[in-house]
Amino acid sequence: MLSGWFIALLATGYLGLLFAVARFGDARADAGKSIISANVYALSLAVYCTSWTFYGSVGRATSGGLSFLTIYIGPTLMLLCVGVIIKMIRISKAQRITSIADFIASRYGKSQLLAGMVTVIAVIGVVPYIALQLKAMAASVDVLLQHSGSSVEVWGLDSTFLIAVILALFSILFGTRHLDATERHEGMVAAVAFESVVKIIAFMAVGIFVTYGMFGGLGDLFQRAAASADMERLLHLDSGRAGTWTALIILSGLAIIFLPRQFQIIVVENVDESHLKRAVWLFPLYLLLINIFVLPLALGGLLHFGAQGANPDTFVLTLPLARGAEALALLAFIGGLSAATGMVIVETIALSTMVCNDLVMPWLLHSTWLQAEKRQDLSGLLIGIRRAAIALILLLGYIYFRLAGEAYALVGIGLISFTAVAQFAPAMFGGMYWKQGTRAGAVAGLLAGFVVWLYTLLLPSFAKSGWMPSGFVEHGLFGLGWLKAQALFGLGGLDEISHCLWWSMLANMGAYVAVSLNSRPDAVEASQAERFVDVFRFDARNAEARLWRGKASPDALVGLLERFLGAARARQQLAAYALSRQAAGWRNLPADADFVQFAEAELAGAIGSASARVMVASVAQEEDLGLEEVLDILDEATQVRAHSRQLEAKQRELEAATNELREANERLRELDRMKDDFISTVTHELRTPLTSIRALSEMLHEDPRLDLADRSRFLGIIVNEAERLTRLINQILDMAKMESGRAEWTTGAVDLGEVVRESMASLEHLFREKGVALAGNIPASGPVVQADRDRLTQVMINLLSNAVKFVPGGAGRVQVGLSSAAGLVRVEVHDNGPGLTAEECNVIFEKFRQGGNTMTDKPQGTGLGLPISRQIVEYFGGNLWVESEPGAGANFIFTVPLPVPEE
Amino acid sequence: MTKKILIVDDEPNIIISLEFLMKKEGFSVAVAGDGEEALAKVASFAPDLILLDVMMPKKSGFEVCEALRADPSNAGLLIVMLTAKGRDTEVAKGLAIGADAYVTKPFSTKELVARVKTMLGVG
Amino acid sequence: MKRANPIRQRLAALSLLGVPLLTYPLLSLPSGTWGGIPATYLYLFGVWAGLIALAAWVAERRGI
Repeated sequence: MLSGWFIALLATGYLGLLFAVARFGDARADAGKSIISANVYALSLAVYCTSWTFYGSVGRATSGGLSFLTIYIGPTLMLLCVGVIIKMIRISKAQRITSIADFIASRYGKSQLLAGMVTVIAVIGVVPYIALQLKAMAASVDVLLQHSGSSVEVWGLDSTFLIAVILALFSILFGTRHLDATERHEGMVAAVAFESVVKIIAFMAVGIFVTYGMFGGLGDLFQRAAASADMERLLHLDSGRAGTWTALIILSGLAIIFLPRQFQIIVVENVDESHLKRAVWLFPLYLLLINIFVLPLALGGLLHFGAQGANPDTFVLTLPLARGAEALALLAFIGGLSAATGMVIVETIALSTMVCNDLVMPWLLHSTWLQAEKRQDLSGLLIGIRRAAIALILLLGYIYFRLAGEAYALVGIGLISFTAVAQFAPAMFGGMYWKQGTRAGAVAGLLAGFVVWLYTLLLPSFAKSGWMPSGFVEHGLFGLGWLKAQALFGLGGLDEISHCLWWSMLANMGAYVAVSLNSRPDAVEASQAERFVDVFRFDARNAEARLWRGKASPDALVGLLERFLGAARARQQLAAYALSRQAAGWRNLPADADFVQFAEAELAGAIGSASARVMVASVAQEEDLGLEEVLDILDEATQVRAHSRQLEAKQRELEAATNELREANERLRELDRMKDDFISTVTHELRTPLTSIRALSEMLHEDPRLDLADRSRFLGIIVNEAERLTRLINQILDMAKMESGRAEWTTGAVDLGEVVRESMASLEHLFREKGVALAGNIPASGPVVQADRDRLTQVMINLLSNAVKFVPGGAGRVQVGLSSAAGLVRVEVHDNGPGLTAEECNVIFEKFRQGGNTMTDKPQGTGLGLPISRQIVEYFGGNLWVESEPGAGANFIFTVPLPVPEE
Repeated sequence: MTKKILIVDDEPNIIISLEFLMKKEGFSVAVAGDGEEALAKVASFAPDLILLDVMMPKKSGFEVCEALRADPSNAGLLIVMLTAKGRDTEVAKGLAIGADAYVTKPFSTKELVARVKTMLGVG
Repeated sequence: MKRANPIRQRLAALSLLGVPLLTYPLLSLPSGTWGGIPATYLYLFGVWAGLIALAAWVAERRGI
């Protein structure tokens, strides 16, 4: 049993819950732990779905079929243009913009006139929309009460008024916590997101109940509807209304970003641009889900109640009630309440900021009262104004609701509102993407569009409500047929919304573009145009500083901040600013352009950009930069940007070149050092045999009476050393040729077995002399490799002569092996000499580094044999290395690749 | 009293020629094939002059020279460095660490003999 | 010159794709019923859901 009191209690309880959510959100924000996540942000966008969606869509569907969907498809497509939205957010954060009025005014030279115009259009367009929400709430209460047969009046006041009061209270509490309107209202956003969840759950619950509980599912509903000629019409689109369909998509696409509450939620309340990645699909998904059951509900209502049975706008409530599902009806009621309250709260907050900053403040700043008063702290006054504006807007909405009642002017207001805010589109888009758009153009466009809207849409809706004579609609103004309000110039056959949209957009865009092209912006406009259009590229600090010139006293600026922000907040912001400029406090900072810019931005956050500019101008003697000068500076900034980019590129190239040069130089130095070392070593190696030769020959020469034995011994040494010298010179030349790549190679098929056998044979006498055993099992022929026969023989002889040099005489044994595997021929020369340490295994392949005891064997080695051998083997694609351990002999191994068999 | 000369070199043929040359001039001669042997010979043979090659395995001539100069009992010992590396830095280095003379290979036997005699104050 | 953000471009392209798909004359294409449900109804919600799914895929794969 639903009593009035119970419903009142439920509604109050729900609103109490909203207060708690908002309180929680604000508390978390104050503690620095924001609860605004990407999901919360996306859900809060669903403030778009008002009671007009919740109740009205079903009503629209009963007459227009699927055409209600356009209102949700438009936003889906608009939101996908995420670049536009990010640009709006970026500009608003950079310029500390607090509302759509501020956005437009700021773009066109911080114009108070434009700010005021936008505010007036928004208020006129949106207040009836607020009234519609109140009406929806009143109607829903009525449905519940009629059903229960009781009625309630609380303290002699109707429930709608009470709800309006509660909403005003909520908006004041959570919407005007801070003076700085650019500060986010996280509690409010959290509450709105919460409401979004409630309304979609409620609506889908009703939809499922009706579709599957009262009827046999979607198929059943559609089939039963198809049986009736009237309802069958609703199931298909009327291609005759194609123009309306497209117009509504455009209209709703514009509304999703230009309705004051949507601008507030999407732009001003945005915490983090990256949240859009969720919103871009989650919000459309929300819209899709909430619309799935709209048509089924409409059909269900028509089937259940008959064509004239009940108000289709309340099917969401009456259908469950008809089946006695009171709890579900209450849930639907709460859902509808959510839809209405969410809209009203955000809309009044957004509008109150606009009214305060763009209507009241300019008037106050001009009034003598404020000037005479010279009150120290105006922040309290500002908050007061904003609160009063909230109350006033709600009161206006309530009065409109009371006056309009069931009148047409209220029922159709949703789309009428949309068309009003669509008038912002040319100035907004032009402002973001077209630098040539001027203030005069924006004023002309807005004015033209607004007048057309007034004449073709709002006033006719008044006329239909019987509030004014309808002559201008039926016969045209002054009886002129081509001035018929809804068939201008004879353009008929359109519905009123499309008719108004096309004409108003034509007038608006036409005036905006034509006047912009024929007017010159002033200096402020030109610089703002640059800041807006090039927001992603604008080098703020650099250009800002040069776009303002004049004299300002820091004390006057700080005084201004304290006056409008309150002393505490002003001090806090000043400290943060000083920190950002690495100064101990603001007193250490010069009152330069940057400081002025900071002060103006802070003020803009509180009182709007237009008023902020007026206030700063009142305390600073700004030199008037002419338009030419501003354009020069901006031009120069662009050029400087281009130049500096070029310069940077050049510098990077230069740095790279320098690095390369340095490395090349380093390599050369290293080579030089190596060459030096080499020459020094070669010198040493050549001088050593020369020393013996010279000393001994001098002695022979000077002392003819020398013993015959000594004489022949000395001559023997001289011959040996001369041989060594020759060998050395040959090998050095050999090495040098190979290293410089000028060595001559005679490559051909070489039988490696033959090479090994011949080398062994040629050194046999050497082995025999020293008593060293030379053994090897070498096949009679092959393997055959591609190489230079003489060179390989040179390698083989070098390895064998090394071996015989280092093995002990008498007990020495040298074993030669030849094998082929894995495409390689492998030759091993194994000795039982003293062996090599791991370090020596590497060293012996370096030039002039010999292993073993050189004392005894030095004259035979040049220290170049192994390096040359390694070069030869590597030239033919093989390897030369030694495997050895001290005391275990040495095994010199080289490999040469076998030729790849041709296919 | 015959002056004693120690010849240190890792090249056997150079040792042969120097030994023959110095003996012919009437000096008492000992030889060593590397740095370590040289230090041992200095202790046992107590030479008046040492002909010291720079580039040797185990201990270079510089190291031997430094070791000898670090021992005060060798205060009177004359050191003549022999090097096949003719760079000025080598000469400077040898003199800096206490060599008395520096001779570049290949040398003139006459000059070397004359020099040794002058240093020893004979002839 | 900074290159335009590819994710934003893809999303904008989806929007451009949606316009012809969700307006006339393409919209008059589906007719009759599919499984008892009007084809237009299914078509509208189907294309819409498809756009949303694609947008989710594009946007969530790498941030905006």
